[in-house]
Amino acid sequence: MKATPTHAAAAEEFLKDEERSHWHDDTLWHVRSKRDVAAQKIPEWESLRTTASQIKDNVLSNLDQLLLQFEKNAIENGIEVLWAKDADEHNQHVLRILEENQVKNLVKSKSILTEECGLNHFLEDKGYDVVDTDLGERIIQFNKQVPSHIVMPAIHLKKKEIGDIFHEHLGTDAGADDPAYLTEAARQHLRQKFIQAKAAITGVNFGIAETGGFVVCTNEGNADMGTHLADLHIACMGIEKLIPRAADLGVFLRLLARSATGQSITNYTSHFHRPRPGKKMYLILVDNGRTNQLGREDFRNSLKCIRCGACMNTCPIYRRSSGFSYGSTVPGPIGSILSPGMDLKKHSSLPFASTLCGSCTDVCPVKINIHEQLYKWRQVITKEGPSQPSKKWAMRFGGNVMSKPKLFDMMGNLARKSLSISPRGFVYNSFNAWGKHRELPEVPKESFKEWYRKNRKQ
Amino acid sequence: MNSSKEAIIAAIKKNKPDLLPLPEHPEYPYEDNLIEQFQSSIKLNGGTARTGEGKAAIQTYLQENFTADKQVLSLVDGITGNFDVKNVQDPHELEHIEVAILEGDWGVVENAAIWLPEDKIAHRALPFIAQHLIVLLKIDKLLGNMHEVYQKINVADSGYGVFVAGPSKTADIEQSLIIGAHGPRSMVVFLME
Repeated sequence: MKATPTHAAAAEEFLKDEERSHWHDDTLWHVRSKRDVAAQKIPEWESLRTTASQIKDNVLSNLDQLLLQFEKNAIENGIEVLWAKDADEHNQHVLRILEENQVKNLVKSKSILTEECGLNHFLEDKGYDVVDTDLGERIIQFNKQVPSHIVMPAIHLKKKEIGDIFHEHLGTDAGADDPAYLTEAARQHLRQKFIQAKAAITGVNFGIAETGGFVVCTNEGNADMGTHLADLHIACMGIEKLIPRAADLGVFLRLLARSATGQSITNYTSHFHRPRPGKKMYLILVDNGRTNQLGREDFRNSLKCIRCGACMNTCPIYRRSSGFSYGSTVPGPIGSILSPGMDLKKHSSLPFASTLCGSCTDVCPVKINIHEQLYKWRQVITKEGPSQPSKKWAMRFGGNVMSKPKLFDMMGNLARKSLSISPRGFVYNSFNAWGKHRELPEVPKESFKEWYRKNRKQ
Repeated sequence: MNSSKEAIIAAIKKNKPDLLPLPEHPEYPYEDNLIEQFQSSIKLNGGTARTGEGKAAIQTYLQENFTADKQVLSLVDGITGNFDVKNVQDPHELEHIEVAILEGDWGVVENAAIWLPEDKIAHRALPFIAQHLIVLLKIDKLLGNMHEVYQKINVADSGYGVFVAGPSKTADIEQSLIIGAHGPRSMVVFLME
């Protein structure tokens, strides 16, 4: 198996297409700007963030009791509740449900959790026709890709590329790239799929402990088109998606869409409590590493995440390197603190894919201290495993020099003299990890110490 | 199956932090002009809201915008359609509905979300499968924000309920906003006394 490339290596690939990387950067910054406008319209924004964060504090500290309450109420509502300790068990539950109900074709609305579990491939390998119905997800499903963003899965593709994909898969006119035309083609195609599907799979935005129901948010209405026409509905939910009370939705729904895209709310916010008469509703509660993360004091706050994607849109690294560079289901800053908890070795480069500027923390609607956790993961990773050899060597050397004042003065003097006369290739080479695409600052003639000594005498 | 549940609950018990209190919901009073704010909110979501008219205006709107051969389903007293929902057993029979006329329970002006519980839509699929949506909303059912509406409704009263805040939309192709992704291609709200 091919080793996972580091974030920096994957980003380098993406950055080869300079025009695209600028376009990607601008597109996401535009979304971030819309978020700012929406947030600034709400005078109580900061108070909402604090309340949301405190509600999630309570959820994480009482998760066992809330889950049991949620399960009990959901069962009373006529929902069949299943528990899955990992991705494999989740996929097996889905397979068993489909087999029991003799269903072969199904429609899916967006669910990051099923991406995390690799459900699509698992079912396709077993001969099922799985149709993603979110437009962005359908595009990347045709293109045999995974989402590059959790809210805007096809944000990395240009309309011309989508036109080519639709031409191949849906028979749209060659070269046609008008978004309205392409969306209409997808509408016609997916309507047939909705009409035919016998099962619908959705994610869950919020599970309500006190009522045993759950909420799904979409703009397209695809979750509803799927679930209300199919005979069975399978909802897949990470155990951290719980809220104690229905009224908590007032807080979270005001934050979610504004943080995600700058909308005041998604056009559809659906509350499911009971299956349609004679139909079936299943809810799968998935752990898959979440209880481990709960036990990590420094990192447990990452479980507060409501998957708005604001931290991605604002991140200078994400915007310039795209979601694929992260090699994890959830990319960007939040993915870089969640994924190391799932597989530290595979994702060891992610906490370093950050400038630690803290913008992610500033926009997070549930006040996760993302940049601080990135810094803490760096410490864990540097202790446990090898970081990039050239950086490691340089850090050790630097640490040694800086701990000895005389040596520091001497090396500084040497550097100032030698850097000004060194040929470029001597400074900017593979031993200098900081010299890639970056220029060193201009070399001063003297150190501050020297300047101070001279000027104090006058 | 139960062993996974027990394992998950046991792992949480072992790993969770000490209990932190559940905060009360602060109150955020809303003082803007409710009707104007609703209109501007729904416009941002891709819909429109009309005001100062009676039910006759809905009937006129239908005549002006939909030809007689199209299926019109009305669940609002006093608005006549041509499709009788009473005979519908399977929601697939709604596939060719051109326009559905519904009445909302509550409207939230900060985001134009209209609460439609199951008993107001006849079939859960209806607000989605119809090509166009018309919603009647009484002006005295307008509320300021989401906190207020969750005080008014009990989400578990109906097996399903939905906030609809506009037509079906997507921006998945280069962030271009397109109305009519899967569901309604338009949504018009008539605000009435």
